[in-house]
Formats: sequence, C-alpha cells, structure tokens
Amino acid sequence: MTAKLQVQHLTKIFGRRIPRAEELLKQGKSKAEILKSAGATVGVNDANFEVNDGEIFVIMGLSGSGKSTMIRMINRLIEPTSGKVLIDGENLTDLNKKELLDVRRNKMSMVFQNFALFPNRTIIENTAYGLEVKGVDKDERLKKAHDALELVGLHGYDNQYPTQLSGGMQQRVGLARALATDSEILLMDEAFSALDPLNRKDMQDELLDLQENLHKTIVFISHDLNEALRIGDRIMIMKDGEIVQTGTPEEILTQPADEYVEKFIEDVDRTKVLTAANVMIRPTFVNIDKDGPRIAMRRMRENEISSVYVVNSKREFVGVADADHVMGLIKQKNPDLRSVVQADVPTTSPETPITEIMETISQTPIPFAVVDEQNHLMGIIIRGAVLGAISGNEVTEDE
Amino acid sequence: MNNIPQLPVSSWIDKFVDWLASFEGFFNGMTNFIGGIINGFQWVFDILPIWLFMLIVLGLTYWLNRNTKHWTLLIFEAVGLLYIWNQGFWRDMTQTLTLVLTSSLIALVIGVPLGIWMAKSKLFAVINKPVLDFMQTMPAFVYLIPAVAFFGIGMVPGVIASVIFAMPPTVRMTNLGIRQVPNDLIEAADSYGSTGWQKLFKVQLPLAKSTLMAGVNQSMMLSLSMVVIASMIGAMGLGNKVYFAVGRNDAGGGFAAGLAIVILAIILDRITQAINRTKVPKS
Repeated sequence: MTAKLQVQHLTKIFGRRIPRAEELLKQGKSKAEILKSAGATVGVNDANFEVNDGEIFVIMGLSGSGKSTMIRMINRLIEPTSGKVLIDGENLTDLNKKELLDVRRNKMSMVFQNFALFPNRTIIENTAYGLEVKGVDKDERLKKAHDALELVGLHGYDNQYPTQLSGGMQQRVGLARALATDSEILLMDEAFSALDPLNRKDMQDELLDLQENLHKTIVFISHDLNEALRIGDRIMIMKDGEIVQTGTPEEILTQPADEYVEKFIEDVDRTKVLTAANVMIRPTFVNIDKDGPRIAMRRMRENEISSVYVVNSKREFVGVADADHVMGLIKQKNPDLRSVVQADVPTTSPETPITEIMETISQTPIPFAVVDEQNHLMGIIIRGAVLGAISGNEVTEDE
Repeated sequence: MNNIPQLPVSSWIDKFVDWLASFEGFFNGMTNFIGGIINGFQWVFDILPIWLFMLIVLGLTYWLNRNTKHWTLLIFEAVGLLYIWNQGFWRDMTQTLTLVLTSSLIALVIGVPLGIWMAKSKLFAVINKPVLDFMQTMPAFVYLIPAVAFFGIGMVPGVIASVIFAMPPTVRMTNLGIRQVPNDLIEAADSYGSTGWQKLFKVQLPLAKSTLMAGVNQSMMLSLSMVVIASMIGAMGLGNKVYFAVGRNDAGGGFAAGLAIVILAIILDRITQAINRTKVPKS
C-alpha cells in the first residue's frame, strides 16, 4: 500500500502571539500553560500520520480534541502554523493560491456535519457545484451530478430544494456533491453525526458499499467509536490536539495505548462488556422458612407481578412460586409454600457476560436468577432491563 | 473659557469646499451624468399614458404577490393613484418618483460594492462605520449647501443629497447579509475550490439577497423622506407642493400633497418588499 496522504509535524496554534506559543510548545509546556502565558490555543500539536490509498481512515476524539482543525488543515480551510501535508508527495502548504484551488477542485472534496448544502440551489445544482466552479460545461456537469445522485440512491429529487429533503437525504446530496467531482480524497467531517441512529447506520453501510467500488481515500472524522470501528480501516485517536494512538480497530480494542483509549473502548458495544450484575434488578422474594402463601400473594400484588422468588432464611435461592399455585394453596388453607415452588429456574452468576445468556433470556418466560457461589440470590434479569442496558440506559437500582 | 480661541471648523470646511469646487470639470460631468439618468426616467414617465402607468403598477403588484393574492393592496393602489391623478399631482408624482428611483439606483450601485468591501475587509469596515453614521445622522439640510455649490440647483443636487442620506442602509445591510451567511456554507464553497468571485456571486450574494433588499427598501424610504428637503434647492415634484404650502400657510394644500407622498411611499414599499420575498420553492 502506498501513502496517498502524509501529514508531517502538522501544528496549529490559534491566537496572537504564535511564535511565543511555538517556543513554549517546543519546551514541552502544556496546553493550559501556553494559553496562560501566551494567550494562544494549541489546536493540533505535531501531528504525524499517513493515509493509504483507498483506505477509510477515521480520526476520532471528543470535541476540542483538534480533529476538526486537523481535517481542515488537510485542505487548508485552516492554515497550518507549521508542518506539511503531502498529497501524492506534493506539499500542500507550499502551494500558492491558484495551485491550492486546483488541488481543492481536483484532488479532494469535503462532506460536512450539517450538510452545508446551498439553500438557494436545487439538489442537482448543489451536486454540480464542484464541477461548476471548475468550469465544466453545463450539460456535462448536470449529467455527472445526476449520476452521482443515482450512486447515492437519490432518484427524482433533482429539482427540489435542500429544505424539502430529510436529514438523511440531505447528507446523501452532500456525499453526491463530493463524489461528483471525481476527486480521489474525501474529507468527511462528522458526516453522519447529525443523523438519527437508524439513518446513521444506513449511511455507514452505504458508504462501505460505495467504497467497495470506488476505492476513494477517505479521511473520516467522528466522535463515535462504534462508528469508527464499523467503517474504519484504521483509526487515529486524538486528545487535546495530540495523537494518542493510531491502529486498526482490532489493535485499538486489544492494545489500547493508554487509559484515555481504554475509557473510550469501555463504551463500545456494550453487549461485550456488560455482565449479568450490570443489568440485574432487585427481585421480589419471600422467605420460605418464615412466610406463607398469603404473604407471597401480597408481595406479588404490591409489585404487580405474577410470580415471586423464594429463598430460605440464609437467603439461598430455592425457586419461584407463581400466582396461580399460591392462590390454590390459599384456597386449600395449606400454609406451606414448598409444595408449589418450581426449582427448575435458569440461574447465572453475576460475572457472566450478557452475550452468553442473551439467547436464553429471549426464549424463557421466567426471568433469570442471578446467584453467587454460595447460591445466594443477588438479583434477577428481565428482558427489558437487558435491552435498556444495551441501548445505554442503565437500570438504576433504588438503593 | 473666553481666552481659548474658537476652533475655525467652519472656515476649514469652507476652504475644503472651495478646494473641491476647483474640480469643476468633474462635477459638471457628474451633473450631466445624473441629469441624464433623471431625464431618462422622466422621459419614460412623461410618454407613458396614465392608464398604462397604473396598469403597469397594478400588474407588477399582482404578479409579485401571485402566491398570496393581496386584493386589498391592489384596491389601495388603484384608489391611491386615482387620487393623485384627481388632485392634479400626476406630473409632480412622476418627478418625485424619478428623484427617488434615481437616488435609490445610485445608492444601490455604490452601496452594494461598499457593503461587499466592508464584509471582506475588517479594516475598511472599521473605517467606514463612523462614516456611515455621519452620513445618516448629519441633518440632511446641511448636504444641500455644498450640493448647490457643486451641482447648481434643480434635481441633481437633490439626488446627490438624497444619495448621501439614503445610502447607509444599503451598505450596512449588504455587509450584514454577507456576514450572516453560515460559516459551513463558506467552507463548502472554499473546499470545492471556489475563487473569491465565485464564492461571492454563487453563494454569498444570493444568500444575502433578502437582507440586501431590505437595505435597498430602507434606502428608498429614506430618499423619499428627502423629497421635501430637496425641493428647497429646486427639485420639482410633490415635495415642492408641500414646500410651497408651508410658505403660504396652506394646510389643505400641504396635506393633499403630503397624502400623495404617503401613497407613493406605500406603493414603493410594498413593491420592493414583494420583490424581496424569497422565492418559495414549489413543493
């Protein structure tokens, strides 16, 4: 693989006293110190990386990590303070205005977070914008724009205006506009972040499908590690203007460079890291050595449930009693719960990852009982809580 | 206090005005040029029959408001124009209209590039802001004095004074409109390799259009407010009628002409606002 894009010692300092700030930066002072003594903000500090031909390279980090500054220095929407950006070996930071225009027109195109479609232009005119400024004649540019729209799956919207389209469709236009110019490098700045989760996933799939045929070199900015892992061939993680780690998704997941990356990974794909203990909820239970059917019935009524967990005085798990059977005992005036307790309840340990029990949970009507090594009942797992936890809404215990 | 000599501001300005007056050729050229525009407008208005003029105004209003159907406005315009004709103010009205259109046109031609320049250059914006404030707040009468010195009396100095007084909103609103274009659209234009001019004409000006036109509308209204003042230096029109009525203490005549100015103002305002209304995309 060859490097399409090389970034060498790229630094951006915002503010007035830039030489002073650069000097401080060389002395190894922190961002906060430089802000304090020179009044300048370090956007990106000495970034070095290469993007290979035809790969999707994801730059990820939280807001303020310098990723947006980084992508804008690649096409010089933001002028770098120092360092080089090489495309096919040609240094962009040396180019004069006219040469830079040529590069922007022919070598790279950009997709924006909030789509940045021109509201006064129709969809086809928006798509053809890059060709229009290049001076491609009308028939040809409209044809190319139309093809690009077809490519991203937009049919029949050519003469509509951007406001008439949904967010997902608008970003398709944004993508089509970038593809229409036939540039080899796509710069995508949080391109899917403004979309709802379902649309985002569709767009990610779409991008991957397109990439199979187009083999563009894509620099993709994201703050979402799930997205980065899904689409990235390689991922670069940034923090406070510095590169923390660059690697394949596998490397990032298995060998996080530091705590910061680790914390990111913790967030990723919750099913892999969530255990039974994370999602279990407090059970309603009765003590078989002490409580009779009437107490059991009352507990069920209070909590509006149809079965109750049964433990003994040592809080060891015994089984489950359901409302019908308990009712039967009450009618027979039988005070002993033991005869109706079902012992064949699925149990699991608190450390079990959810992925292992997920399938069983979805098939059995009775919630899982979570028990520790001494067979003490710790909690139960209901289906809703699992789904909630995976989607990020932890079940809060009323402790 | 008495021993501090008074600053000779007035004599400085007199000297400056005298110095400017030495560029007689330049001012004569300008007078002829502006006079040409005025005569052009006036010629058109003079050969247009009254019924055709009314038809054009009503038709334009109808066409501009075709999506909203403002019947009340059409009725108002018809009645208003008939009133002006009935009062014998028709020619005066066209003269006033000429004055307003000429000064608005000049304000547009000069003001929009200045506004663009302000939006592009911070330095020019900083320098120009107090100048605009000066132009707008200096009592408009004051402009008449040098205007007469350079351009004589008649319509031309009236137009000049109106332009100076009425131009600032166009400049300001052009500047504002361009600055209000969202940053990501500017980035989009830049990232696809637009030159400065391409960005200006394909993105910034189209998006600034409605703000810019609001400025033009303001300029037009301000120049209309100058018509009475301009009549003091010999500009003809409805303003002249009002001015004479003041001299003769003729309240009736003053109001009759004043009403005609109001009607003209409303018609001009509604028409420019309708032009301003951005094209509603058909869904």
